Amino acid sequence: MGTEAARAIGAGLAAIGVAGAGVGIGHIFAALVNSVARNPAARSQVFGLGILGFALTEAVALYALLISFLVLFG
Amino acid sequence: MAAGPTIDALGQFRLAAGFGAAGAKVDFTNANVMMLVSAVLIVVLFALGARRRALVPGRLQASAEMGYEFVVNLCSDTIGEGWEAFFPFVFTLFFFILFGNLIGLFPLFFAFTSHIAVTAALAVLVFVLTIIVGLAKHGLHFFTYFMPAGAPKLLAPVLVPIEILTFFSRPVSLSIRLFANIVAGHVLWEVFAGFMLMFAAALGAVGIVAAVLPLAVNVVLVGFEILVAVLQAYVFAILTCLYLHDAVHLH
Repeated sequence: MGTEAARAIGAGLAAIGVAGAGVGIGHIFAALVNSVARNPAARSQVFGLGILGFALTEAVALYALLISFLVLFG
Repeated sequence: MAAGPTIDALGQFRLAAGFGAAGAKVDFTNANVMMLVSAVLIVVLFALGARRRALVPGRLQASAEMGYEFVVNLCSDTIGEGWEAFFPFVFTLFFFILFGNLIGLFPLFFAFTSHIAVTAALAVLVFVLTIIVGLAKHGLHFFTYFMPAGAPKLLAPVLVPIEILTFFSRPVSLSIRLFANIVAGHVLWEVFAGFMLMFAAALGAVGIVAAVLPLAVNVVLVGFEILVAVLQAYVFAILTCLYLHDAVHLH
C-alpha cells in the first residue's frame, strides 16, 4: 500500500504545475479581449496570435499532466 | 476496490501488428497502417478535389482550395521571402499530422501521433532541415545566429549559451508538445470512461444513472479533442515555418 499511496501523492504533486499554465492562459485571453476591445478591426490578426499563444501555453500544462499520468499509470 | 474495473490508461497506445502475420514479420504495426491510411486519404481527397477544376467549386474542391490557401498564407506570412521553396514540405507536414490526429479520434483507429518515436522523427527532420538550409544559405555566417545582432559584446558569454540551449531544445519541445497533447486527450477519455464503469460497479442501478455525468464530459471532450487535433497540426506547421524563417533570414 505504501508505494500505491506514494504514487497517488506524487501524481497529485506533479499536477500542481498545471496551475501555472492556467494563469498563463488567463493572461493570454485577457490580453486578447483587451486588444480586441481597443481595436475591433484587428480582431482577425490578433485572434490567430492568441490561439497560437494558447496552444504553446497549454502544451506546458500537458507536460505536467503527462508526468502525472506516467507516475499514476506508467 | 480490488476486483472492480480498473483504468488501463496507457494500454490503448500499445502497438500491434498490422496486416496479420506478414506484417508481424517485418514489424509493420497498426501505427504504420494508420500512417498509410492518412497518406492515402490526403492524396485521394486532394486528387478528387483538384480533378474537376470547376469555376464554382463543389464541396470537396472548396475544402481542398481552402486547405491549400491556408497553408500558402501560413508559409508566406511566416517564412517571408523565399517561402515557395518550403511550401510543399510544410504542406505535407501539416496535412500528415492533421489527418493523423483526426483519424486517431475515431473508435478502432490508432493515433500514430501519440507515439514520441513518430513526433520526434518529424521534429528531428525539421531541425536538421533548418540547419542544412541555414548552412547552405549563409555558410559559416549562420553561426552568428547564436549572437543576436545589436546585443552588447560583454553579454556574449551569457547570451550565446542561452541561444544554443534554446536552439537545441527546439526538436524536444516540438515533439513533446504534439505527443503530449494527443496522449493527454486520449488518456482523459479513457479515465472518464473508466469512471462510468466504476460508478456502475460500485453503485448498481444508481451508478448507471450517475454514469451519464462522465459520459457527458466525454462528449464535451470530443469537441475539445477535434480543436486540439487541428490546433496542434497548425502549431507544428507554424513553428516549422518560424524555424525556417530563422534559417533563411537569421533572426
